[in-house]
Amino acid sequence: MCPDIACCTPPGQARLSRFLRTETGKGWLTISPPLLYAMLLLIGPIIVIVANSFWSQDYLTIDHTFTLKNYQAALTEPIYRDLLMRSLFVSVTVAVVTVILAYPVAWFVSFHGGRYKGLWLFIITVPFWSGYLLRILSWKVILGYKGVLNTGLLYLGVITEPLSTLIYNVNAVIITLAHSWAAFAILPLFVSLEKLDRSLLEAAADLGDGPVRRFLRITLPLTMPGIIAALMIVMIPTVGDYVTPKLVGGKDGVMIANAIQVQFGKASNWPLGAALAVSTMVIVSIVAGALVLLLAGLKRLLK
Amino acid sequence: MRFLPSPRRLLSTYVILYVAILYFPVLLLPIFSFNDSATPKLPLVGFTFKWYEGLAGNAAMQGAAWNSLLVGITAAFVSTILGICAARAITRHRFRGKGAASGLIMAPLILPEIIIAISLLVVMLGLGLQLSLFTVILGHLLICVPYSVTVLVSGFEGFDPSMEEASRDLGETSFGTLRRVTLPMLAPSIVSSLLVTFTISLDEFILAFFLSGTEPTLPVYIWGQLRFAAKLPNVLALGSILIAASLVLLTVAELFRRRAERKMALRP
Repeated sequence: MCPDIACCTPPGQARLSRFLRTETGKGWLTISPPLLYAMLLLIGPIIVIVANSFWSQDYLTIDHTFTLKNYQAALTEPIYRDLLMRSLFVSVTVAVVTVILAYPVAWFVSFHGGRYKGLWLFIITVPFWSGYLLRILSWKVILGYKGVLNTGLLYLGVITEPLSTLIYNVNAVIITLAHSWAAFAILPLFVSLEKLDRSLLEAAADLGDGPVRRFLRITLPLTMPGIIAALMIVMIPTVGDYVTPKLVGGKDGVMIANAIQVQFGKASNWPLGAALAVSTMVIVSIVAGALVLLLAGLKRLLK
Repeated sequence: MRFLPSPRRLLSTYVILYVAILYFPVLLLPIFSFNDSATPKLPLVGFTFKWYEGLAGNAAMQGAAWNSLLVGITAAFVSTILGICAARAITRHRFRGKGAASGLIMAPLILPEIIIAISLLVVMLGLGLQLSLFTVILGHLLICVPYSVTVLVSGFEGFDPSMEEASRDLGETSFGTLRRVTLPMLAPSIVSSLLVTFTISLDEFILAFFLSGTEPTLPVYIWGQLRFAAKLPNVLALGSILIAASLVLLTVAELFRRRAERKMALRP
């Protein structure tokens, strides 16, 4: 269309400038600044971490010969294996608990929110913005041995001695995380409930289905994408949480992120730390995939 | 039967209880920051401002606040600019690989932050970069951009591309169209994105913890103070200020987002 460009510029450049005028070219050009940023600072570093995990630490220098011994240590040494299993258990439990507790709330906002839907969602997401570290700190203040719950119950005379089982265990970690991630579960659930065609529910009611059957055969299967999204959004990031185990987990609540941090800090064994990080990502992806397949199967069964 | 609560009633009660539990821990810090006791416990003893006064002459805390401000403002501006690029490409152009490209940009939302943090740390140290506020900003940009994109996509979806076309047909250059049509229409979403990303950067801890070197941001400073039990009331006071600041910023962001929505609703 524009011959002057083709004759005045080298052929490669002409092809490029023609490409940049197509829809695909314009799209790629527009998205390139954030995309390059993500490639350089996300994909690049992750590749470096994966590479590190196949090397080994030789006192202060890194030996670049390929080895699998870091993975062997990460997956077979009891301490790391247990930490990985515990982290997976915590993240799956937190995801399931958070989604089950959030579903009725998302349902309420979607079906009974009326013109205040936006306001409801805002109210529900506000606590999430109070700050990651501070939310966890308040749970420490609540659950502590001399914390709000114990001193409150003592004051009221419900207990005569502070309960020592509230904090510094896995339960405290699960409670804190489930609270922290509630907003992340509600939003995708709400979106999928909004997409649900209400006339299907009316039709089922007209044909004599009760509320339970309507829920199991229409609402639940049709909102399954939202349930899966909510589970993933909560589960994948929580597996690597660092602060919650540190503040309220105690010895029994330590998770894999704390072990990774030790390898990059005090222990200064980067390759082992890298192998732990990569193993965590791979295993959580496998569990996530299995969960998706399981729920997809359940959906087919319900229909 | 009449005395049994209806399912609707049960559901409302549950929702109110749920919201109350969501707010409870958040409201606790401010309450105890005014309590005249060295440990946060019940019953409340008396009202005091002394924990806030203790912050006034604290140079280390003020240095951290300044660092957080600097990081937050830079991260907000740069991530909003990057967010505008991504949101525009996602809403205005159809091209192959769009899903993969936007997926990669949004990925930091669902990656464990510790993995992003240590990967960045290894690369920064490998490149011989000194850990500084600059490295913190680089990290914060990664997690701020996805939020910025989310806010801005809804802004871009709200206005009609034919307005830009009309401007171009009337002889305005692309830059003129951007300045006189696109940006003014997007202004509420842009302000909302700036405020949201600033809030995220202000609160972000893990990346800052790994990447900040000797210059702490506020959350990193707070983390350091948690080692000293005696400092806890001061931390509660500082935390309460941070919570209040986040909530104000977020409410303003939400008002701007709604204004953007109203602008769209007025469109014929």
